[in-house]
Amino acid sequence: MKKPVIDVSGVDLTFPTNDGAVQALKNVDLQINKGDFVSFIGPSGCGKTTLLRCIAGLETPTDGQLTVNGLTPTEARKARSYGYVFQAAGLYPWRTIGGNVKLPLEIMRFSKEEQAKRVRKVLELVDLEGFEKKYPWQLSGGMQQRASIARALAFDADILLMDEPFGALDEIVRDHLNEQVLKLWARTEKTIAFVTHSIPEAVYLSTKIVVMSPRPGRITDIIESPLPKERPLEIRDSPEFIEIAHRVRDGLRAGHEG
Amino acid sequence: MRQKDTQFERIAYPVGFGLLVLVLWEIGVHLFNVSPALLPAPSAIGAAIASSAAILWGDWVQTVLKGALNGIWMGSLAGIALALVVDRFVFLKRGLMPVANFFAALPIVGLAPIMVMWFGFDWHSKAAVVAIMVFFPMLVNTLAGLSAADTMQRDLMRTYAAGHVATLMKLRIPAALPFVFTGLKISTTLALIGAIVAEYFGSPIRGMGFRITTEMGRLATDMVWAEIFISALTGTALYGLVALIEKRVTFWHPSHRG
Repeated sequence: MKKPVIDVSGVDLTFPTNDGAVQALKNVDLQINKGDFVSFIGPSGCGKTTLLRCIAGLETPTDGQLTVNGLTPTEARKARSYGYVFQAAGLYPWRTIGGNVKLPLEIMRFSKEEQAKRVRKVLELVDLEGFEKKYPWQLSGGMQQRASIARALAFDADILLMDEPFGALDEIVRDHLNEQVLKLWARTEKTIAFVTHSIPEAVYLSTKIVVMSPRPGRITDIIESPLPKERPLEIRDSPEFIEIAHRVRDGLRAGHEG
Repeated sequence: MRQKDTQFERIAYPVGFGLLVLVLWEIGVHLFNVSPALLPAPSAIGAAIASSAAILWGDWVQTVLKGALNGIWMGSLAGIALALVVDRFVFLKRGLMPVANFFAALPIVGLAPIMVMWFGFDWHSKAAVVAIMVFFPMLVNTLAGLSAADTMQRDLMRTYAAGHVATLMKLRIPAALPFVFTGLKISTTLALIGAIVAEYFGSPIRGMGFRITTEMGRLATDMVWAEIFISALTGTALYGLVALIEKRVTFWHPSHRG
């Protein structure tokens, strides 16, 4: 069997706080294979963002094994193995959209021509051609978040980690961006880990849905989606979709009672 | 709805009020027969400026160009440089900042006679007083600015495996600039005070502070007022210049977007 791209086994993470230690993650096991679209879903405090940050090497587990591309998360971060999309777009207001997308390329010392080529390519990928010279504050929230996705794609890492990227956007914009993310995933064949608290979003996007619950943060269910790769928005009315959504909801409820 | 002031109105209102004050002053002085030694009429001050233009110019060069401006750039550069060093090493922030705050609490003009003793009567001692005066606001503001970038923006730089210098150049220094400009604006005001007051404790036979003390001794208050008027004008111009540069450089800041 092929080795998973992201391999999490027996991961624990405890944060010390003033009110004593908080167990953010308890005994988490998860394998993510190449080309998977995996969603982490759960109520706040279930550790979904913490798990994503552990994979990114932004937090360090207190116990357990975690490898990304066969490396430790810190090594993988230093090898620039992933692009990370945060909850807010976090574009730098002193840079244009093009300048923001170029930021990782400058830090990674791509040549000037390569920078320009890649900026054009990824802006086209997120439908932002022609906005290169605009400043972030001149764009809507949805466009800013698309620019931040372009920024994460610019250096073409195989893995894309997304932390509730559309959480702050309205439903209509979110639907549109979900469609775009799926297209992007089909075109680029990246491995995507996606944190959300929306059941329809998780079911619509994922090949694998990881249901989590809080106190302590843990995985309560992992659902392999039988939905086809090609997914029009209408698929959300199909019986299969509703059935998976049901199972996710049951998993979330069970976690809440337990 | 109230219309926004036109360019003409923005200038006309303050100029009009300023002229009104001058006219009332002039009338008051003549009406109540105020002794010119106590308060000369604006027309007398104007006449003093016109007849002593060469002297006033020499004083201005000595105090503003040599004393204040040299002090500003030396003190500002030193403040910014130390801020960068303190920011880099945590133990300095813990050990040095309390000491720095203690020194900032010293009434710095009290140091002026000592500076005159150390650096001589010419502009060097005045620049030293100014440098010390502007040093602390620049240090404190730059340090505050360097911590202005939020956690998410820093995490973003970590996901690019950006080093300390890259993070400084691409994120933290640009984010700090609005704070640095606040420090600079405070500095321009302090610098004139420092340069003039330092001359009270010894100077060659030119300089605005020198002129104010000697002319006061001769009860030639029209010259004293002439110097005060010119220093006020200079302070406003310096402040305006910094504000103008600030608007150009930090055009992206919410307070300047338009």
